[in-house]
Amino acid sequence: MIGKWAPRTGAPRTGVDKFLTLLRVVAIGLIVVGLAAFIAQEINTDNAFARWANPDATGLSGAGFRGLVIAGISQGAMYGLIALGYSMVYGVLGFINFAHGEVFMMGAMTGWVTSTKLAEAGLWESNFVGSFVIVLFGSILVSTFLAVVMERVAYRPLRGAPRLIPLITSIGVSFFIQNMSIVLFGPATKSYPARPDWVKNKHTALQIEGDKIMVIAAAAVSMILLWYLVERTKVGKAMRAVAEDAEIAALMGINVNRTIVTVFAVGGAFAGIAGIMWGIDFGSVIGHTGFLPGIKAFSSAVVGGIGHLGGAMVGGLFIGIAEAVGPLLILEPLGVRGVSQLRDAVAFAMLIGVLLVRPSGIFGERLRAEDRT
Amino acid sequence: MTATEMRPGTAPEPELAPPRRALDQNWRRLVRMGAVAALVEVFIALSGMPVRLDERPVIVSILSLGYVFIGAIPIVVGNRIGRQVRREGVPIHKAGGYELLAGTLAGAIAGAGLSVLVALLTHFDIREPLVNWSPQLLELLSFNRGTVFGVLIWLGIGAVGGFIGGGLRLLPARLRRTLLTMATTVVLISILEQLVADLVSGVRLESVADWFYGRRGGLTHSGAGVIAAIAGVASFFGRGRLKAARAHVQSLEGPARTRATSLMILLTAAVLIVVPMLVGSLTNELLANVGLFVLLALGLNIVVGLAGILDLGYVAFFAVGSYTAAVLTAATSPRINPEFPWFVALIFVVIVTGLVGLFIGAPVIRMRGDYLAIVTLGFGEIIRLLFLSDWLSGWFGGAQGITAIGGVEIFGITTVDGTNPRGVFYLVLVFCAIAIYVSWRLERSRLGRAWMAVREDETVAEAMGINTVNVKLLAFVVGAVLGSFSGAIFANKVGSVFPSSFLILVSMVILVVVIFGGMGSIVGVIAGAALLIGVLGGPKQPGLLAEFSEFKLLIYGALLVWMMLARPEGLIPSARRTRELHQEEFLQDAWLRGEVDTDDGDGNESEATERP
Repeated sequence: MIGKWAPRTGAPRTGVDKFLTLLRVVAIGLIVVGLAAFIAQEINTDNAFARWANPDATGLSGAGFRGLVIAGISQGAMYGLIALGYSMVYGVLGFINFAHGEVFMMGAMTGWVTSTKLAEAGLWESNFVGSFVIVLFGSILVSTFLAVVMERVAYRPLRGAPRLIPLITSIGVSFFIQNMSIVLFGPATKSYPARPDWVKNKHTALQIEGDKIMVIAAAAVSMILLWYLVERTKVGKAMRAVAEDAEIAALMGINVNRTIVTVFAVGGAFAGIAGIMWGIDFGSVIGHTGFLPGIKAFSSAVVGGIGHLGGAMVGGLFIGIAEAVGPLLILEPLGVRGVSQLRDAVAFAMLIGVLLVRPSGIFGERLRAEDRT
Repeated sequence: MTATEMRPGTAPEPELAPPRRALDQNWRRLVRMGAVAALVEVFIALSGMPVRLDERPVIVSILSLGYVFIGAIPIVVGNRIGRQVRREGVPIHKAGGYELLAGTLAGAIAGAGLSVLVALLTHFDIREPLVNWSPQLLELLSFNRGTVFGVLIWLGIGAVGGFIGGGLRLLPARLRRTLLTMATTVVLISILEQLVADLVSGVRLESVADWFYGRRGGLTHSGAGVIAAIAGVASFFGRGRLKAARAHVQSLEGPARTRATSLMILLTAAVLIVVPMLVGSLTNELLANVGLFVLLALGLNIVVGLAGILDLGYVAFFAVGSYTAAVLTAATSPRINPEFPWFVALIFVVIVTGLVGLFIGAPVIRMRGDYLAIVTLGFGEIIRLLFLSDWLSGWFGGAQGITAIGGVEIFGITTVDGTNPRGVFYLVLVFCAIAIYVSWRLERSRLGRAWMAVREDETVAEAMGINTVNVKLLAFVVGAVLGSFSGAIFANKVGSVFPSSFLILVSMVILVVVIFGGMGSIVGVIAGAALLIGVLGGPKQPGLLAEFSEFKLLIYGALLVWMMLARPEGLIPSARRTRELHQEEFLQDAWLRGEVDTDDGDGNESEATERP
C-alpha cells in the first residue's frame, strides 16, 4: 500500500519509466507553449511569438470564449450525469459497465419517441413544460428498466468472475443494445421536434441559451437528490456499506443483490436524464450516440476519482470544458489546422494524461476493500 | 446453494429416479421461461430478421431461413425446460410426460407472443418508431391468411415445437443426436450454398449442384432429403468412430504423434491450396477476407489470449500497417511517395508498427486491466481521428484517404491486387502460416509461458522473476506486427485506404472472433474467424449470408454476452485456459469426492454441472 505511492528512491529506472517521463515532459511542454502562444495572441494578434507558433493566428473574442466555456459546462454536466452511473457501479462491483453509454442512448431514443408522439398530438408546442416532464419521466423509466435488466441478465451470473470477464460481457451488451436500437428504430438520424423559442434564446447577463440552463439545472438538481439518497437515506447507507465491503454488508443484514439493483437503477435513471438533455440540446439521436459520450463519461469518472460521486460530476465538467476549449486554447495557437475535428482526440488524450499523472483521479478512488491494492 | 449444503457425506451416487408426474410442474419457472422466449420471438420479429431472411429459402418453397429462426425458438425452449440440474445427492428423474407437458406449454407461451403480435399488427400502426412494424411482417406471420389464422397457427406452432423439444429428451441419446445432426446439416448446407455450389461446379459437377440447389437458392426437396439421409446415417453409425479416432490421436506419444500432426497439417494445407483453384472469384474474395481476419485475430490472440491484456484499440495497428504500406507503395500518396515494392515496404511496416506498439504500450502497460482496455480504445480512436484530420491530411489524405495503391508484385512474376482474389488469398495464406507458426512456437517458448503466467497472476509472475513490463510490452509489439501484416495486405488488396475502414468496430469484431473461437487457442481463433467472418461477414465485408448484414453486429453482441455467460473458454478452447477458467469447479468436484482437503469452498460462484 505504502510502497506504491512512496517515491521510488534508488529503484532502477527502466526504459519504460524514462519514456513515460519524457512523454509527461513533452505533454506539459506542449500545453505550456500552447497556452503561452494563446495568451500572446490574445494580447496582440501580431505578436512575434504568436506568429511563430501559428502564422494564421486570429485570436479568440471574449464572447466566443464565453460561449465555448458555457457549451463545455453544459456538455460536461451531461458527461457528469452519465459518469455517476459508471462511478457507482465501479465502486460497488469493481468493473466498468461499458454498456452504460447505451443506457444513456436509449434514454435519448425514448425521448425521441415520446416527444414526436407528443408533438403529433400538439402538446409539445402548447405545453412544453408539461410534455417535457412526461418525456423525462418516460426516459428515466426506460433507462432504469434497461439498466436493471442488464444487471439481471448479463452481470449477476458473473459476480466474482475475473475482472475482465464482466468487462468483455459489458462490451457485448453495449454492442447488442446499440444495434438493437438500430434494427428496431432504423438506422436514420432521429430528430427531436422543434423546441419553443425560450429554449433556443439566450438569457441572463451571461447570454446562456435556455437549453444549456436546463441541462445545468437538471444536473444540479440530480446531484442534490443523489447526495440526499446516498448520504441521508437507509438505501444510501446500504449502498455505501456494499461499496465498502459486500460480504460484511451481507453479514450485517443488508440485501446485497437488492442494493446492487438499486445502484444500477439509480445510475440508469441519471443516464436517462442525461439522454433527454442530450436530445433537447443537440436535437437528434442515432444508435451510435451512446458510444463516445459513454467513453468520455467514463473518463470523467476516472478523472474525478472513480467511486467518488462528487468527483464524477467535477470530472465531467472538467472533460466537457477541456474538450470545448482545449483545441482552441492549446492546439490552435500551435498551428494545428482543423482543431474542431480533434476534440474527441483531446478528450481521450485527457484520459490518458490523467491516468499517467494521477491514476486515482482528482479526489482519489473509493473502491471495494478487495480492489484497493 | 453453498458448498456446505452440498457436502454429500454418505449420499449415494444419483440414480435415475422414475419419471415425475406430468402435473407436478414448476409452474412459475415454466411461465417465466415461456415468457422470455415469447419476448425473444417478438423482438426477433420486430427486428426485421424474419422478413429479411424470408428471401433466403432453406428448402425450396417449404421453409425459409426466416421461419427457421422463429420456429426454432419453441423447440429450444421446450427442450431447455426439461433440463435437470445434476446435483450431488439429488436424484435425476427419467424423462417422461412431465417433460412433454412442460415443453408443450412453454412452447405454446412462446408462440403466444407471436400470436399477440399478429393481433396487434392488424389493429395498430406504430410504424413511426418501429420501422419493422410492417404489412410484410403481418403477411409473413399470418401466412397471408388473415389474423385469426395467424393467431391460432402460432399457438399451434409453438405448442408443437415445444412438444418436439420436450420429446427430444425422451429419445435415446444416439437417436436424438442423429436427428439434431440431420437438421443442422440441412440448414448448414443451405447456408453454405455459395461455397458448396461453387466447389461442386469447380470439379465439373454442375449437374449435381443444379440438382441440390433450387434456381433461386435453397435446397431442392430431393437434395434436402439426400443430405438429411447422408447426415443421419453418418451420425448414427460414425459418431463413435470419430470420437474414438480423436481419442486415439490424442493418446499417441512421441514420433507417432508428430507424424499424425504433420499429416493433418499437410492435409489441411493441401485442401487450402486446392480449394481456391476450384472456386470462383466471389468465393475467393470471401476466403481472402476470412484470411485477413484470421491474421488479425491471431495477432489479437497473442495480446488477449496469451498475455491477458484486453486491447480494445487493436484496430490502430491494422490502420498503421495499412497506412504505412499505402504511403510507401502508392504513387498518389500526398507527402512521401517513394513507391517502394510491397515487400520492401513491408519491412518498414513492421518497424513502424513495432514502434507504434511500443509507443502505445509503454504508457498503458502498468495500468489496471480495465483501465488499460479503455485507454487502448482511446488510442485506437485517436489514431483514426489523426488519419482523418485536416491537420495531417497533407500526409495521409484526410477523409479522402489514399487511393490508387498498386498491387503486390511478387518477384516480377505476377501482381496480386483486388482484381485477383485468388492471388490475394494465397498471399494471405502465406502470412497466416507464418502467424500460426509464430504463435505456435511462442506459446511453447519461455516467453509464451511468461505471458500465461502474467495473465493468471501478475504479482505471482513478478515474484517468480518475470519482468512483467517487458513481457507485456513484447506481447503488444508482436500482436501489433501480426496485425500490421493484415493491414498491409488489406491496403494493397483494396487499393485504397480511408479512415472509415478503421473504426473501433473492427477491434470489437476481432475481439468477438477471438473470444468466440477460444482465447489462447490457435485452432479456435481460426475456426472463429472462418465461422463468423465467413458466414456472417466482417464489419464491411459481406459473408455467405448476405441477408444477414444488417443483423450481424447485433448477433456479434449477443454472441459475446452468451459466450461469456455460458462458455467463456470459447468454441475450441485451449486446454490450459479451460482449466484456469473452471478451476473452481474442478476444485469443488475434487473436494466433493473428498480428494482435496480445503476449507476454501467458496461455492457461490461455481455452477453446478448440468445434464446435457
